[in-house]
Amino acid sequence: MSFITANWNPLGEAFYRKSELYEMSWNLKDGLRDCLVSAAPYGGPIALLREPHRRSPSSRPQLEIYSASGVSIASFPWKSGPVVHLGWTVNDELLCVQEDGSVLIYDLFGSFKRHFSMGQEVVQSQVLEAKVFHSPYGTGVAIVTGSSRFILATNIDDLKLRRLPEVPGLQGKPSCWVVLNQDRQTKVLLSNGPELYILDNTSCTVVCPPGLGPQAGSIVHMSVSFSYKYLALFTDCGHLWTGPSHLQDKMSEVDTKKSTPPKEMVWCRRPKSQQPSVVLMWERLLMVVGVCQDTIQFPIEDQCVLVGELDGVRIISSTNQELLQEVPLVCQDIFKIASMAPGALLLEAHREYEKSSQKADEYLREIKEQSMLGEAVRQCVDAAGHEYDTNTQKSLMRAASFGKCFLTDFSPDPFVSTCRELRVLNAVREISVGLPLTHTQFKQLTLQVLIDRLVYRQFYPLAIEMCRYLKIPDYQGVSRVLKHWASCKVQQKDLSDEAIARAVCVKVGDSPGVSYSHIAAKAYECGRTELAIKLLDFEARSGEQVPLLLKMKRSQLALSKAVESGDTDLVYTVVTYLKNEMNRGDFFMTLRNQPVALSLYRQFCKLQETETLKDLYNQDDDHQELANYYVTASYREKRLENRLSLLQSAVDEYNKAKNEFSAKATEEEMRLLRFQRKLDDEKGAGLLELSLQATMEALLALGLHKQAEQLYKDFRVPDKRYWWLKLKSLAEKEEWEELEKFSKSKKSPIGYLAFVEVCMKSNNKYEAKKYVSKVTPEQRVKAHLAVSDLEGAVDAAIERKNESEMGAVLSRCSASDRLLIDRLNRARPSTAKK
Amino acid sequence: MAAHLSYGRVNLNILREAARKDLREFLDKCAGSKAIVWDEYLTGPFGLIAQYSLLKEHEVEKMFTLKSGGLPAADVKNIIFFVRPRLELMDIIAENVFSEDKMHSPRDFHILFVPRRSMLCEQRLKEQGVLASFINIDEYILDLIPYDGDLLSMEYESAFRECYLENDQTSLYHTAKGLMTLQALYGTIPQIYGKGDCARHVANMMLRMKREFAGSQNQILPVFDTLLLLDRNVDLLTPLATQLTYEGLIDEIYGITNGYVKLPPEKFAQKKQGEASKDLPTESKKMQLNSAEELYAEIRDKNFNAVGSALSKKAKIISAAFEERHNAKTVGEIKQFVSQLPHMQAARSSLANHTSIAELVKDITTSEAFFDNLTVEQEFMTGVETDKVNTYIEDCIAQKDPLIKILRLVCMQSVCNNGLKQKVFDYYKREILQTYGYEHILTLNNLEKASLLKPQTGSRNNYPTIRKTLKLWMEDANEQNPNDISYVYSGYAPLSVRLTQVLARPGWRSIEEVLKMLPGPHFEERQQLPAGLHKKRQQGENRTTLVFFLGGVSYAEIAALRFLSQMEDSGMEYIIATTKLLNGTTWIKSLMDRPESQIP
Repeated sequence: MSFITANWNPLGEAFYRKSELYEMSWNLKDGLRDCLVSAAPYGGPIALLREPHRRSPSSRPQLEIYSASGVSIASFPWKSGPVVHLGWTVNDELLCVQEDGSVLIYDLFGSFKRHFSMGQEVVQSQVLEAKVFHSPYGTGVAIVTGSSRFILATNIDDLKLRRLPEVPGLQGKPSCWVVLNQDRQTKVLLSNGPELYILDNTSCTVVCPPGLGPQAGSIVHMSVSFSYKYLALFTDCGHLWTGPSHLQDKMSEVDTKKSTPPKEMVWCRRPKSQQPSVVLMWERLLMVVGVCQDTIQFPIEDQCVLVGELDGVRIISSTNQELLQEVPLVCQDIFKIASMAPGALLLEAHREYEKSSQKADEYLREIKEQSMLGEAVRQCVDAAGHEYDTNTQKSLMRAASFGKCFLTDFSPDPFVSTCRELRVLNAVREISVGLPLTHTQFKQLTLQVLIDRLVYRQFYPLAIEMCRYLKIPDYQGVSRVLKHWASCKVQQKDLSDEAIARAVCVKVGDSPGVSYSHIAAKAYECGRTELAIKLLDFEARSGEQVPLLLKMKRSQLALSKAVESGDTDLVYTVVTYLKNEMNRGDFFMTLRNQPVALSLYRQFCKLQETETLKDLYNQDDDHQELANYYVTASYREKRLENRLSLLQSAVDEYNKAKNEFSAKATEEEMRLLRFQRKLDDEKGAGLLELSLQATMEALLALGLHKQAEQLYKDFRVPDKRYWWLKLKSLAEKEEWEELEKFSKSKKSPIGYLAFVEVCMKSNNKYEAKKYVSKVTPEQRVKAHLAVSDLEGAVDAAIERKNESEMGAVLSRCSASDRLLIDRLNRARPSTAKK
Repeated sequence: MAAHLSYGRVNLNILREAARKDLREFLDKCAGSKAIVWDEYLTGPFGLIAQYSLLKEHEVEKMFTLKSGGLPAADVKNIIFFVRPRLELMDIIAENVFSEDKMHSPRDFHILFVPRRSMLCEQRLKEQGVLASFINIDEYILDLIPYDGDLLSMEYESAFRECYLENDQTSLYHTAKGLMTLQALYGTIPQIYGKGDCARHVANMMLRMKREFAGSQNQILPVFDTLLLLDRNVDLLTPLATQLTYEGLIDEIYGITNGYVKLPPEKFAQKKQGEASKDLPTESKKMQLNSAEELYAEIRDKNFNAVGSALSKKAKIISAAFEERHNAKTVGEIKQFVSQLPHMQAARSSLANHTSIAELVKDITTSEAFFDNLTVEQEFMTGVETDKVNTYIEDCIAQKDPLIKILRLVCMQSVCNNGLKQKVFDYYKREILQTYGYEHILTLNNLEKASLLKPQTGSRNNYPTIRKTLKLWMEDANEQNPNDISYVYSGYAPLSVRLTQVLARPGWRSIEEVLKMLPGPHFEERQQLPAGLHKKRQQGENRTTLVFFLGGVSYAEIAALRFLSQMEDSGMEYIIATTKLLNGTTWIKSLMDRPESQIP
């Protein structure tokens, strides 16, 4: 444990440490010499272009892509024009800026994605220097051209080229320049001889770093910090000026006593840095210059590349990779020699405890006396996060866990999450994966992005493992990974459609949130329509299947999927599409196989295209519906002849449908219509369109008894209904004699109570009474009551010996009917006895 | 305002609030003053979600009814069309938009489709050349509308017709979607039972949609234990019968639409003292009917014969409460009495209203016609002479009683006889065509298609078996203090509710035979709950079942289910959902086709 501080170097109040991340897996014959190198931050990939300026077609330069640990990912000969600069986008895509201003974008695996140009003028003037930079808007590219103009693209995914104003007196390229992001604006800071300029969209302003006298010389190298907040300037006299990037303050000025400009210069800070510094690299020397004016010097043997990170600097050489960083405060507290910080004591206590020494108790007591145990645990947990060495992590976590035992009310969450996160970090730091993320970087990057990066690098199993381990909801976790995996899988050209579909289905299964249609769309993009269709089969959401199927011209399949979904609007959509797409015959045939679609289309036609409806029924030999169609249509006709002819068609169809009743009813209607017209013509009776009953009613009202009689016979109207009709009609017209005659014409099929009641309705008691005697015994009481003949009712009821009838009569009797009541009451028990 | 929605076992106000939130969000999308152009059909259902005040708060200044021609003038920034996705409405909208351009007043157009946007309609707008005129085209997913504390309705009038006549299952798709929304708010329903083709279809869609949404499912403890999906055509009989509960009768006689009833005004005339009541109000009285009204909640589900005594009991309580004032001696007591006064006055006016309504209803129910009609219905339900031409029906036709009444009776006879003898069948049809007009042949064909009216085919009449097994007829129905659901029809126990009751106990297995006689498959599905969401039931805690009537439900059936919920030993509470609240009349009406004659 005592070695932990072995690689610590004091710088001012703080310490810096340089720890090894990897022995590089690559085997570079010529080291990093004569290479264009670009390594992405956050432990990103490294791109390497050997001898970029070699232009003989016989031996093209080789472009190589490695993981941060030096595992080869891709390698291919560079066949395009000379490359000026390499850079990585935030999405780990490689940008190759060529001399002619075109920028080629490759993915991590060296496949060409697309390209864009920095402008027509650049083709002529050529790119002298280029820089790739990151801003909140994405990844940008800045170039300086042969005609000394700066051109910017702030976001390559939303390309808008900006030509910055001219810099007075600039010939060729400036001695040095950087891109700044200030106040949501992208600017260029450049030095030309003794002058320092800021270039923004509209102007070129001379600036002067405060406190940097002319004696310091002109600026030959500059560097901006990871966050764009700080600036370091190196002058030709070897002075290093540092300050905030808005150039209104100065932090320090250090004389490095070096007369040559460094090859590379990078800020080394961390969030809440105590002692920020600038790392400068010369041929054989690495110098860390603190703002406090202290320096640390490391000799270097090999050509190196510096990669600025959020919380340190990675130093990549041909053999190994190191991380140089300020030791986090909490680690200093714990590991500093003779530290009495609670965390340090706790670590010591645990160490003694493991040795079974009673000293453990002493240490613990000491912490507890200061009530610092909680703090001690927190320190150990935090420090563990910052340590790279797994043994150190473990001992710190064990100490924390030990301390936790003596705390009653302490949230386990930070402990648990740190454990989890360390496991994840250790896994991705593995040389085979090669993502040397620090805990701080990981937090900044977020878990989501880390998973994305793993997925992008095709570490699918690890990504899934991680999602499961961290219990990320499937939607954002496993499913997302599977989706990417499947999208990648469908592009594998060496596998058959069948094999891929099966593989995808087995792995993805019913994973929530994985859209098979998305995968299928990918397959379709790659020209694998059959595979796409196979994959679409697994899609649960028909709404998603249908549009793609239509796009792939599988309209029949689209129709059946739409039907399956139950979403009628979707079915309609496909049907309309098919209608425009197919000839009528095929269209009808297709519908015929899809009853649901067919009935929906019928509905549509009913409202919109009635003619088509007829064709549809015709095709299906649906005579019943066809007949109904003709009936409906007949009512739309304005002329009777047309209506009759349509009704005739209806009759034919009803007959074909073996619907005898309807056929006959329709024929009768036709007969009735003809009859009505005839009478209308002859007598102006206004009968047309009346029902048979209403027609007879009208005829009777007009006194056309004969004609009514004729209808009654012709249409075989049931006696009962006709009698009712005639009875009412005669009563209404008060033709009482006629009524009496009618009642005697034959035995009434509706009985005679009806006569009584109808007469009473016309308030003719006299006539009503005539029929009372004819009423059947069952209804006689009712009849008597109807004409208010209580006495008759009493007689009838007693005669019938019917209890309930007697009751009914009784209820109609008033007090003055004493006699009747008595008679009834006398009769009642006698019925009861029987 | 909608507190009555939250009193029940399941707080349906959550659903209403969710719907209101969506509405507010949409309105706020259209910044500035607005006018809403309504598809008239939607105003009723929307009234259950939001009153005008809510719209006003979001700068809705004018409201119009959608009709062809130009839009009325209104000085507003936005015109919003609230419409159902129907092609004919799109044409009207296009017309509106076109006429607007001529007047060169720059107003922004928006469309809100209810309950779902439709590609077909948007295509139509595109063809009409107006699609680009719309700034927002959105959908307002309003499938299930909270109607009362235990009642949800889609207010989808044509659902039954579409499903059984036109083979158009749009309503079922909306049903499934609505149930998904419900599950998103109230948790996954672990058990699904169903009977009927439509029920099967809805369940299939739900399971499929669940797969679609898999993983995004919320972690809500399920409120509903069971979902029961019932096709209306499983029980065609019940809605045909005249409902005999208070609410059912109000609906039968006056018709309740979207929770409101319009009553003849005479009985409600305010008779102020000393003022002669010579000018009677001529406008009908509109009343909202729901459980927010304490008295109504108490009596709505009673058999009408028990309403009178309930009202007089209530009257005594209220007058006793008013008498209390004489006992109030101290200032404190008076204060307390006064504080209760508003509540008491509300109770008194509610009592007055319902006494008037009950009188109105009673005038009808005591009439001979009503009695005769009921007698015939009950004869059919008990299977008396259902295979002959019924003289009462014959007489009614001869008297030209309303056609729908005739159709209800004939259909009922057909259903109770498992189809009519061909001769009887043809006779009725002929009578109807000759009396009411040939055009009704289309309606008769429709009824036939829906199996409401059919000729007997070879198979024997299985209605008696169903009636006996399910105890559909109870001789001794107790109307005052019911002990069985049959009180809602004074003897007839609604088949649909019996099925529900048997499902809860002892289970459908006991009635397999009968289930096979009823149309469509019966089934059971389980939905996997996420771990940790399995309910730990307290001892004696009731289970909750959502009963969904596909194709409509009557108030009497609802009353019967409420009765089951209240039964002490049932152990089950029911929430009811449906496509539409209906009665025999509105139902038959929805199945009628009546071509308009063009002959001048």
